[in-house]
Amino acid sequence: MKRLILALCLIAAPVMAVQPDEVLDDPALETRARAISAGLRCLVCRNESIDDSNAELARDLRLLVRERLVAGDSDADAVAFIVDRYGEYVLLKPQSGGANVLLWLAGPIMLGVGVLMAALYLRGRAGAIEPEVARLSQAEEDRLREILKD
Amino acid sequence: MALAEPAATLQFLLTAVAFGALMWAFVTSDFSLRLVVLNSHTDKPMLYKITGVWGNHEGSMLLWVLIVTLFGGAVAWFGTNLPPTLRARVLSVQAMIGVAFFAFILLTSNPFLRMAVPPFNGQDLNPLLQDPGLAFHPPFLYLGYVGLSMTFSFAVAALIEGRVDAAWGRWVRPYTLAAWIFLTIGIGLGSWWAYYELGWGGFWFWDPVENASFMPWLIAAALLHSAIVVEKRESLKSWTILLAILAFGFSMVGAFITRSGVLTSVHAFATDPERGVFLLGILAVFMAGALTLFAARASVMQAKGVFSVLSRESMLVLNNILLAVACFVVFIGTIWPLVAELFFDRKLSVGAPFFNAAFSPFMAGLGLVLPIGAMLPWKRATLGRVLRQLAPVFVLAVAVAAFAWALQSGRSALGPLGLFFAAWLIGGAGVDLWSRTGLGQGRFGRLTRLPRADWGKAVAHGGLGVTMAGIAAMMAWQAEDIRVLEVGQQFELSGYGLRLDEVHPEQGPNYMATKATFTLSKNGQVIAEMFPEKRVYPVAGMPTTEAALNNGFLRDIYVVIGDPQEGGGWAVRSYYKPLANWIWGGTILMALGGCLSLSDRRYRVAAGARKLPAGVPAE
Repeated sequence: MKRLILALCLIAAPVMAVQPDEVLDDPALETRARAISAGLRCLVCRNESIDDSNAELARDLRLLVRERLVAGDSDADAVAFIVDRYGEYVLLKPQSGGANVLLWLAGPIMLGVGVLMAALYLRGRAGAIEPEVARLSQAEEDRLREILKD
Repeated sequence: MALAEPAATLQFLLTAVAFGALMWAFVTSDFSLRLVVLNSHTDKPMLYKITGVWGNHEGSMLLWVLIVTLFGGAVAWFGTNLPPTLRARVLSVQAMIGVAFFAFILLTSNPFLRMAVPPFNGQDLNPLLQDPGLAFHPPFLYLGYVGLSMTFSFAVAALIEGRVDAAWGRWVRPYTLAAWIFLTIGIGLGSWWAYYELGWGGFWFWDPVENASFMPWLIAAALLHSAIVVEKRESLKSWTILLAILAFGFSMVGAFITRSGVLTSVHAFATDPERGVFLLGILAVFMAGALTLFAARASVMQAKGVFSVLSRESMLVLNNILLAVACFVVFIGTIWPLVAELFFDRKLSVGAPFFNAAFSPFMAGLGLVLPIGAMLPWKRATLGRVLRQLAPVFVLAVAVAAFAWALQSGRSALGPLGLFFAAWLIGGAGVDLWSRTGLGQGRFGRLTRLPRADWGKAVAHGGLGVTMAGIAAMMAWQAEDIRVLEVGQQFELSGYGLRLDEVHPEQGPNYMATKATFTLSKNGQVIAEMFPEKRVYPVAGMPTTEAALNNGFLRDIYVVIGDPQEGGGWAVRSYYKPLANWIWGGTILMALGGCLSLSDRRYRVAAGARKLPAGVPAE
């Protein structure tokens, strides 16, 4: 059930995520490369970053990111380079531009709505008068007496 | 009305017979059944022959309806304290859910399809599923998902009756708690499995199907808190009913996501549009029906309890808002790729970085107010007293965080924050328990005699803190090492020495493995030997990695053996994972807290109270 596609990736190319030969000699650069790869999607897998993925394509992208960084690109430049070629689909963290504003603001807006509604409700509750305790029906009275007898 | 009870029993028995028959077919490797051919093999160990029954779409749906009828049966057998009309209505709603899913199985996913020509052997279960952690992950999840169908049935029955009172809150809460406990265990098992099985120690991927199980969990958590308000204060009735409906709604959304293939997911189970449409139909009918009923009847449910803005009730409202909004964020993030493609013509992804950024703040807010809210008195409260009691814990928590901050020098604030929440939540739970023992002599004695619900609450809240610390520490302080290692070589990982002693091939029952031996040491002292493996399952044609773990209270060491390298040596990946076990330890504590609450006297006594008169001949 789980990770079927991961398994498929494995069949196609039985290698593991980041390989020793990919690692850059400069630790600072390598750290940046890892951070960038964790935010880029493996295009042939499902919902996996290229950093975690075992697919051949993910490996190519990892190498590409490192190539750009070695060539002197900033993190933003390297990501833009990949997005230019593969579209915003590769970004695991969607950009906040355009309609995506809705996605990013959905939580805060709902929180505002929730708090507002709760505040109105609480004001009503605080001001309400405690309703009289409902009287028991005759049948319930009888049953109560019966229980209390024991 | 009297028919409901035997009908529910019969429905359960018949479903159990069907399920038993399928299990028998798997156990005896009856390859005239298509499902067995596709998912089993004679060489497979018996455990996985049995768990293979639900390791596939058709079988898991049969398990699903078995659990639907089991819960229905539970109400029929143990719900003797329910008013007869309510019980009959609950059972009929539950049976309707059952019928809908029976139709789904019969029309789209028959598990008993025969093969015209039975083959000699089967195609084996996906090797990733041949693991004890995952073998029991689906049944727990289904018990959780389907347990929420029970709260749904109770909600709809109460709407039909037009009566929601404290008693209803008391009846529905055990089912909510049980469902939540099962979901907690199921999600925990899945996460633990991913951690040790997938080869890099990830424990949560914000995958659509993971989210599908997480959303009902969040709503169920909100529901079991708001049901307390209904039970104790007769307020928040309509909100609780709405949550009960939504909780099962999200369960069905989960089933839809897993089985329709609409959202591409690593878990994709059965990507069949026909099934998707059918499930969507079930979802639409039940949700539309219940919500219409809700709209028509919500106004009848008059709140009784009066409370001020500062009170336990209002803090539970805040708890509900935060949990519901957190769930909403997960929901939006999960379906956004679909929305963006349909309405804005943009193909995009929403992955872990989004959820980490958009979801976590609400959980942090929840953690921050939790100890205060848990201690505020009902009805009308002042902050002063509670804050005075909690002040030492707060100072301690800040001190712990500051200490961690000073030690780590120049990394993210995430780790210290996690430790702050752990200390704050655990300490807060302790102070809460202590404050309930009253004053004077014999407080320790009274502590042990506190109601189990109080202990359950403290344990579960403390567990949340433990899990938060584990997640934060893992994200902030994990160390990783990737290298080529020759046999006999040693390297250092976060203060530990790891030496590759040897690598040899090994033959398993239905796989072949490459097994390595590592020696783990610290300061020259040998701690343990570790045996990571790479396996190939020839029947399924699939390789898997079996990581070797050295578990510890404060850290795990995690080693994976990779491929042989051209220039000699082996690719080796190793991780230092701080507080890893806290994630699942906290999960276990949360589930344990739920169990303690569930076994509280008021539920046991309420269940037994009505049985007495039944024995009296006069009645």
